[in-house]
Amino acid sequence: MTPDPSAQTPPAADEVARRRLLDAFIRPGRGQLVVAVLLAVLGAAAVTQVRITGSGDDYAGLRQADLIQALNGLQAASRRTEQDIRDLEATRDSLRDNNDKTATALDQARTELTSLGVLAGTLAARGPGVRITVTVPDSHLSLNYLLDGIEELRDAGAEAMEINDSVRVVAQTSFESATGGIDVDGRVLKSPFTIDVIGAPEGLTTALKFPGGFVDDVSLDEGKVSIKQSQDIEVSVLRKATQPRYAEPTSPD
Amino acid sequence: MIAVIGLLLGVGLGLVLKPDVPIGLEPYLPIAVVAALDAVFGAARAFLDGIFDDKVFVVSFVSNVFIAALIVFLGDKLGVGAQLSTGVIVVLGIRIFANVAAIRRHLFHA
Repeated sequence: MTPDPSAQTPPAADEVARRRLLDAFIRPGRGQLVVAVLLAVLGAAAVTQVRITGSGDDYAGLRQADLIQALNGLQAASRRTEQDIRDLEATRDSLRDNNDKTATALDQARTELTSLGVLAGTLAARGPGVRITVTVPDSHLSLNYLLDGIEELRDAGAEAMEINDSVRVVAQTSFESATGGIDVDGRVLKSPFTIDVIGAPEGLTTALKFPGGFVDDVSLDEGKVSIKQSQDIEVSVLRKATQPRYAEPTSPD
Repeated sequence: MIAVIGLLLGVGLGLVLKPDVPIGLEPYLPIAVVAALDAVFGAARAFLDGIFDDKVFVVSFVSNVFIAALIVFLGDKLGVGAQLSTGVIVVLGIRIFANVAAIRRHLFHA
């Protein structure tokens, strides 16, 4: 780099340069023609290049190596995206699977709740069965006969039972003798005893009528038993489910 | 005067004709344009110094463009085209700055 000319060149030199420029403008020489041609080429090329650059096609004019690099980059991005898609699909499938499993478990639990509810007496039930009416004088029915009868009914597949439309008979039901009747779950019941049983009507009837069975037993107490089969027996007395105080469930495995 | 008219004419032609650049030459065009710009600024400086010669200008213009394109072409063949064209642009840019600085001192005393 030359030292600063403005400090060294006399003002006359600058004047000369300016005058030369002015002269070239006013009286162009023949040599300027070549310069003009070359400048025209430059102008055209520059404008063309600007147009190509501004044409918006990012990949036009790229070298092969650059194109390969760009392609590689796009492929890598595509692979990453596909991997993402697979991951997300797996997540979605597992979520859907979980959802299905939960729904199935919920369905099973509901079904179980219904059947257990019928057994435990927390749900009303209706269906085919028998209505048994036991009439004994002075409500004097031997407790053993009644218990035997109920056991026979259970043996024959009774699913829900109630006595006198007021007491549901379940696993915890207690029977006791009481003055003037029978104490069932703390309620004193009197003759006639009406036992509604849901189950197979034929089987239930047979379970009571075999020789030495419930019907014969009651006749020893001078009572009468009438059994009416029906396709629509309703057991509507409910029992409150109680949380066990002492028994704790153990895990099944 | 004629030179300025020539430049404007070239720009006008480029805008109107929209010439298509062959795909093979596309990477060289920007390098060629910068090399030509360098030659033009060099010529302007020489003109102001009073040592301008149109033959020298033509030779420097053509050889500048040719050598710049050649370097980039070689770089492409050797697999370093992108880096080498960056290097050429940097060198030409520095030269253009130096020439413009000299022109500025001539015209504006600064």
